[in-house]
Amino acid sequence: MSAFDTATRLVYLAAAAGFVLGLHLMNSPATARRGNQLSAAAMAVAVLVTGAVLIHDDSITAVGVVVLLAGAAFGGAVGLYAARGVAMTAMPQLVSLFNAVGGAAAALLAVNDLTDGTSAGTSVAVTAALDILIGTVTFTGSLIAAGKLQGWIPSQPLVFPGARALTGVLAAGFLGGGCWLVAAPGDRVALVLLVLCGLGFGVTMVLPIGGADMPVVISLLNAFTGTAVAMAGFVLANPVLIIAGALVGASGTILTKLMADAMNRSIPSIIVGGFGTGDAP
Amino acid sequence: MSADLMFDLTVFVLSLLVGFEVISKVPATLHTPLMSGANSIHGIVLVGAMLIAGTAHGPAGYLLAFVAMAFATANVVGGYVVTDRMLGMFRARTPQPRQRSEDPA
Repeated sequence: MSAFDTATRLVYLAAAAGFVLGLHLMNSPATARRGNQLSAAAMAVAVLVTGAVLIHDDSITAVGVVVLLAGAAFGGAVGLYAARGVAMTAMPQLVSLFNAVGGAAAALLAVNDLTDGTSAGTSVAVTAALDILIGTVTFTGSLIAAGKLQGWIPSQPLVFPGARALTGVLAAGFLGGGCWLVAAPGDRVALVLLVLCGLGFGVTMVLPIGGADMPVVISLLNAFTGTAVAMAGFVLANPVLIIAGALVGASGTILTKLMADAMNRSIPSIIVGGFGTGDAP
Repeated sequence: MSADLMFDLTVFVLSLLVGFEVISKVPATLHTPLMSGANSIHGIVLVGAMLIAGTAHGPAGYLLAFVAMAFATANVVGGYVVTDRMLGMFRARTPQPRQRSEDPA
């Protein structure tokens, strides 16, 4: 391990510690804002050191630099504009939208890994398939959740005839696609099948859930995205993604349970849905 | 199973356990900011997006890298700003009762 490698690993470790401490500080109102700032600083450090790695490796193409900077500028501007301009009452749906794009980004990392021409090993294919599945489900699921809170989609539980059967078919589709992808990593048909079934499953999972339960669902999907990011960490062999993703996956699950308890609801009954708690008339 | 994968799996499981423990008794008012804060932390996927931009070649690779970069950056920047705004409301409200109780004294 070269000196540069050691230094970057140590900085990544410090960033991961910053996320843990930042999340812990957010347990109490007095320290919550400091906790968020600590976690933001850790994120900035992790991004800067990744930039240093790219410069040090010197393998990034000129187009790659442009793509990287343009993507960051575009996404950053949209994120900043949305976060600064949003009304206080619309914040949960905005968080859901940010969660959606985070999940999609995690899924794209695995799609990129499977399609870049290098043959992936079986263990990488397993985590990549899981990453794509969880990422696509959170993408559409979070979009539907945000739409329900914003009123673009009726917030009553939407159950249409055959919905359960469709969910079952989609589940079978992504199981089949996932196994196929593990057997033959890089197979485009299996990849498309997995992506489409994951996207469809996210929709059919959230549509039957009433608007009043949406905050709990968003928290659950948030935990999903954390897990997807951890899977992306396995695919890219990057420990900081694994640590931060697993941290969010686990703490998000606990938080989902706390939120459901606070509303006197149980998570299984929320997921099954169809309970008439829509806030619209 | 390779040694690297074994190491990654160890890190994953231990991080899960840390995640379960780090959230304890959170007051209900902090549920939404905490969810938003955790949401910005999984924006670490930005590091992954930067790494795939570093190895991208060909139009498909560049397109994937661009979309992943834009999505991940929106997650990070928007997530932290919106969490800070939520928590800013808390800070503004807490000192007020104290001032009121001090005024008559």
